[in-house]
Amino acid sequence: MADKKIVDGRGSFCPGPLMELIAALKSSQIGDELDVLSTDKGSVNDIPEWVRKVGHEYVSTTEEGGVWHIVVRKAK
Amino acid sequence: MASNKICVVVVSGTRERLQMAAMTASVAAVSGQEVMVFLSMNALPYFVKGHGAKAPNEGEMGQLMENKNVPDFKTLFGQAALLGDAKILPCSMAMDVLGVEPEQMESFIGEPTGLTRFLDEVRDAQVWTF
Repeated sequence: MADKKIVDGRGSFCPGPLMELIAALKSSQIGDELDVLSTDKGSVNDIPEWVRKVGHEYVSTTEEGGVWHIVVRKAK
Repeated sequence: MASNKICVVVVSGTRERLQMAAMTASVAAVSGQEVMVFLSMNALPYFVKGHGAKAPNEGEMGQLMENKNVPDFKTLFGQAALLGDAKILPCSMAMDVLGVEPEQMESFIGEPTGLTRFLDEVRDAQVWTF
């Protein structure tokens, strides 16, 4: 069964949240969802761009109280 | 079509340039590009184990970054190697001038590289200089 994991990149700046996502993807299984928490606006644009480029699945971006949730599904 | 291989040459020892070089190398490496980083001149001493000095700021952005939670440039170069298989190579001439041996360098630093090999490696690469 696929897991849902939180990747807490709050307080860090680009490319910190992206690097934390990549490290988390390495230790995840195909189908797992990773919810990246970020307070850095640059990462909100950059992470979906990276996800499309390398072939994972971008799920959604939402904002709640100044924290963005960028959800990514491991596809390979 | 542009080459998928990039070479990041870092010769400056200032915070802003080290940071921009580290960001470029790490993001390229984790995005499927072949990355080689060549460290020389004032950039090299920061990669000797135990080198505690902070990189001086060139200007306003350096000062701002120093006080915010910006990923450390050494951490980013380490992630480029670990997560993206980047080759981070020290200039052999700069190592000789500093008087340091390969085992004194940070763990993610590769073998000392001379200009002959460097020039051969970059023949088919985009070269970014910081």
